[in-house]
Amino acid sequence: MKNEMELIFDAVSDNESFARVAVAAFITHLNPTVEEMADIKTAVSEAVTNAIIHGYENLYGYGGKKLREGGEIHPGKVRIHCILNKGILHIEVSDRGKGIENVEQAMEPLFTTKPELERSGMGFAFMEAFMDDLEVESGPGEGTTVRMVKKIGIDGWIDCEE
Amino acid sequence: MMEQITMGDFQVIDNCLMIRLPEEIDHHGAGFICENADRILMRDEVQNVVFDFEKTRFMDSSGIGIIMGRYRKITCFGGRVYAIHVDKQIQRIFNVSGLNKIVEVLEV
Ligand SMILES: Nc1ncnc2c1ncn2[C@@H]1O[C@H](COP(=O)(O)OP(=O)(O)OP(=O)(O)O)[C@@H](O)[C@H]1O
Ligand SMILES: [Mg+2]
Repeated sequence: MKNEMELIFDAVSDNESFARVAVAAFITHLNPTVEEMADIKTAVSEAVTNAIIHGYENLYGYGGKKLREGGEIHPGKVRIHCILNKGILHIEVSDRGKGIENVEQAMEPLFTTKPELERSGMGFAFMEAFMDDLEVESGPGEGTTVRMVKKIGIDGWIDCEE
Repeated sequence: MMEQITMGDFQVIDNCLMIRLPEEIDHHGAGFICENADRILMRDEVQNVVFDFEKTRFMDSSGIGIIMGRYRKITCFGGRVYAIHVDKQIQRIFNVSGLNKIVEVLEV
């Protein structure tokens, strides 16, 4: 069985929970364990949040905080593309934001370019720890694409053995 | 509708600030938690912070930022950071991030 979905939404923090819940709903029929579900939600949340706050530098969401410094919204979209193939989930999260100059350095645990925003530099480390595979494609001015793979449930593991 | 965090979730007991964390901890809700925690830490000169995860079903690296940031603010005055009602998933996140070295998880 192969199944595919694509989501495109505004790059604002209001959509962070929507994005991870949508991906979670997409895989529920595979009966993932509580742990697998939590892993996927965390990884999606990391990639989407990065696109919003680093890619487009939208530090705060719609509404409320208009007057604070950095409160303006830069227009931009985040795209999530999922393919489910025999119990293996492929997730691609991409933005057309400012991109990453040095991907290797960005992926190091604790590396962050926004320490003043209470970021800890653990996003990529979580994606790596909670998913089976992680790949990042990015360049300055070119936007960023994060590709992640995870086996889900018994099907995923059986197919992987073959 | 998911329950949001309110001012009632911040309580000062003795020299501890207790924060009842929301169901989901992400970047969208993190600002509110940090700002209010810091305001109370300044105003009441609290020494320690206790994060209560009882309601929490989801957390990403934004939660690490919230805890690390408060830790930095109180540790220089000898304060400590504690966590209660930590489930398996939150504990995993503590372990992967190394937060388990600075946060003491208490059984209640
Ligand atoms: N989509 C993106 N666009 C531009 N830069 C990015 C993007 N994703 C990550 N980065 C860069 O990579 C760095 C590391 O990302 P990572 O998610 O590991 O940490 P963080 O977002 O800074 O902190 P945390 O995720 O712990 O809150 C970021 O600080 C940022 O400079
Ligand atoms: Mg991040």
